[in-house]
Amino acid sequence: MVASIFPLRIAGACVKRRGVQLIGPINLDLGSQGLTIVLGPNGSGKTSLLRLMHGLERPASGTINWACPDNEARSHQAYVFQTPTMMRRSVTDSISYALIVMGVARPTAREKAKEYATRVGLGHLLDCPAGVLSGGEKQKLAMARALIRQPQVLFLDEPCANLDGRATKEIEVILNDVRQQGTRIVMATHDLGQAKRLADDLLFMLNGCVREQGAAESFFADPQTAEAKAFLNGQIVE
Amino acid sequence: MNDLSQGLAEAIYRVATLDPELVDITLRSLQVTVTAVVIAAAIALPLGAWLAVTRFWARRYVIAVLNALMGLPPVVVGLIVYVMLSRSGPFGVLGLLFTPTAMIIAQVIIVTPLIASVAHQALRDLWSEYHDLLISLNTTKRQRIATLLWDGRRALLTACLAGFGRAIGEVGAIMIVGGNIDNVTRVLTTAIALETGKGNFSLALGLGFVLITLAIILNLLIHSLSRTERSNLW
Repeated sequence: MVASIFPLRIAGACVKRRGVQLIGPINLDLGSQGLTIVLGPNGSGKTSLLRLMHGLERPASGTINWACPDNEARSHQAYVFQTPTMMRRSVTDSISYALIVMGVARPTAREKAKEYATRVGLGHLLDCPAGVLSGGEKQKLAMARALIRQPQVLFLDEPCANLDGRATKEIEVILNDVRQQGTRIVMATHDLGQAKRLADDLLFMLNGCVREQGAAESFFADPQTAEAKAFLNGQIVE
Repeated sequence: MNDLSQGLAEAIYRVATLDPELVDITLRSLQVTVTAVVIAAAIALPLGAWLAVTRFWARRYVIAVLNALMGLPPVVVGLIVYVMLSRSGPFGVLGLLFTPTAMIIAQVIIVTPLIASVAHQALRDLWSEYHDLLISLNTTKRQRIATLLWDGRRALLTACLAGFGRAIGEVGAIMIVGGNIDNVTRVLTTAIALETGKGNFSLALGLGFVLITLAIILNLLIHSLSRTERSNLW
């Protein structure tokens, strides 16, 4: 039985790059259930917040703590980048790589990879080089590579930003399936429609700060801040 | 012009008749160069990958020195290796001077910085592409290096071929440490130098054509075997 890495507690965390503060101070707790949407306009700090949670950014100040040591927590997380990195390998090898680096034997990892590739709809492209896949297929490959590790938490950074409606729908079906299996999902998006379709709870970010957080239903029905109201009304918020 | 055509004819004749001396010299050239490149690659490729994924205070200086060593004068390398391997030198007891092994040592020293530097530049770009993914997957440094070496294999092959090109055409260092002894350390380049010195230009040119052809054939063979350029999908 794998111990839970939750809750995640972030206290007064700031992320700086070359002396410029990107986000912060951030204070939030993340429980083990549901799908959280990090919503906000471009440049509001959604990606930086996800990277901070996942450990790709170190806080310049403040603390970020999982319920277990960082290295152990990292092994139970997965991250899907906005522009997925395609390794110079076949679809099967790209997916199985995520297991092989965890110490799983290559034949077992490849079998699992084929299973996950089929699950995300890439079963007919197993031997295809990852680099030639379409945008939607690359995103599905990145999802399969993330899911094969059976993470406790899955971070997604605008996974549908460059996809058409059909590909977006396919990704959302996969996400709902993953959520039902108990994986915690934290996903950044600026797509209000997607946020409404998927979110259990929501973080609204602006200028590097969390302006509003809570249940998705109450956020959409009755936003508490003027900026959130303006954003929901389709106005340009800065 | 006459020398050129005579040289070409000499080369064709010697190749067609499988001239024993030519075969012997050519095989020795290949033996020394391929061995040197394999050893140099075994050192340089992991070094290039390690430099790509590791950050430490002197990293910039190490890379600058490595780049500078690409232009290492072979004659100076030959001289240093000669001093080290001569009877009065620290490794004189090994009795390696004027042997193919001494030539391999000199070539490894010449070629390693070149392969490491070209490999580092290729893998640095790959690392910037893979950085977030490999950190996210919680890989160890050893796994990162192995991943870069495998996924960057096409670029690394080019690095090795550049090393091979430099080694097969090298004459200064191996002349000093090998001594150009007939049937022992004579290779294509030192034979060309010898024949040129003797005024035997047609034979020297003939050997030169063989050398060039050999280098091209080996490059094509390696590209063909590794399927480089056949697919640009990776």
